[in-house]
Amino acid sequence: MITYPFAYTRAKSLDDAAALAAAEPGAKILAGGQTLIPTMKQRLAAPPRLIDISRLSELSFIRRDGDALLIGAATTHAQVAASAEVARAIPALAHLAGEIGDPAVRHMGTIGGSLANNDPAADYPAAALGLGATLKTTTRSLAADDFFTGMFSTALEDGEIVTGISFPLAEKAGYCKFPNPASRYAMVGVFVAMTKAGARVAVTGAGPCVFRVPQMEAALDKSFTPDSVAGIAVSADDLNSDLHGSAEYRAHLVTVMARRAVAAAIGA
Amino acid sequence: MTAVTMTVNGKTVSAEIEDRTLLVQFLRDELRLTGTHIGCDTSQCGACVVHVDGRAVKSCAMFALQADGADVTTVEGLAEDGRLHPVQEAFRKHHGLQCGFCTPGMIMTAVDMIRRKPALDRNTIRAELEGNICRCTGYQNIVDAIEDAAQQMAGAAS
Repeated sequence: MITYPFAYTRAKSLDDAAALAAAEPGAKILAGGQTLIPTMKQRLAAPPRLIDISRLSELSFIRRDGDALLIGAATTHAQVAASAEVARAIPALAHLAGEIGDPAVRHMGTIGGSLANNDPAADYPAAALGLGATLKTTTRSLAADDFFTGMFSTALEDGEIVTGISFPLAEKAGYCKFPNPASRYAMVGVFVAMTKAGARVAVTGAGPCVFRVPQMEAALDKSFTPDSVAGIAVSADDLNSDLHGSAEYRAHLVTVMARRAVAAAIGA
Repeated sequence: MTAVTMTVNGKTVSAEIEDRTLLVQFLRDELRLTGTHIGCDTSQCGACVVHVDGRAVKSCAMFALQADGADVTTVEGLAEDGRLHPVQEAFRKHHGLQCGFCTPGMIMTAVDMIRRKPALDRNTIRAELEGNICRCTGYQNIVDAIEDAAQQMAGAAS
């Protein structure tokens, strides 16, 4: 056997999942499992129980609600990528989902799982922060600005489960990533959007946690063009440095990906 | 131990398994369907791809209990009445393999991509093969095989 022993429970409903999670500290929610299971196989995680929410139909939906796009937490990347509703409302989001991992991963991996896991190189956190999304959980609503708190950490409390995400529609939005040639995770990915509240720029892959770039946002507020961000460099001080690339290289990529994301957003 | 029941290649199978049994272990060790391969321990290589409820997934990144009640197809389930599936036939014809270890996953991924995207160009085929690694560097003939199979199947369907 490859993983440590654990008990598996398929939740019968969201309420059932929440009750199970509350009853057993350390239990993990299993959605698509495309990060959790490989992590367990490496014996880097040993939850005593997995609570499977992937088949809860109440968590799998994509629908338009006025000026927002609502996506259920158990909706797979493949469903988001192929959704006509998403393509109409926020095409950059469909594009982003279609570039996550590979087809088999996209058939299993879910948006709620990706956001709750908050991998520093995951794609969805950039979209959530870049669009100013609101995350719905079993107990409350959280702004993306308050949700992502650090490397693999979020504002979620023990037993709290992400149930869905509300993305406000943007006037324009674009995402561009430079994938690691081996793992295809984002070395750097930048999501840009012109929202009702102004321009937003969110960067994943470069640092320990997704972050915004206020200087680029101010420049895009004045003029939403690739040239506006082309001359803005971010500091390499707090960025990741590893065998795949130095912090300076990632800082450089932030500007390049931001420029390309803006170009994608305006169809240039 | 927990009871699990699923349909594999059209047959209903049941067993008592440890909760931590991966789907690929269930298929190989319990059902002796060893066509599905394990090529890595990091869920990156795609040699273990099977179809669960009609979608290509990595059977090494899924526990067998997640497939309780599901309909699973492995590479052993593709041929009908002793006749190779068109994708299998195309891999044979174009020599889309060297050592053959990655082939079951390649074929299951190919069948899935042809089902989802009937009009496949070579760039799309390569992008869709993102999660399947061939260490013999044999992608050229694999792409040839999938392109041919997609055309054969489109022709047969029309």
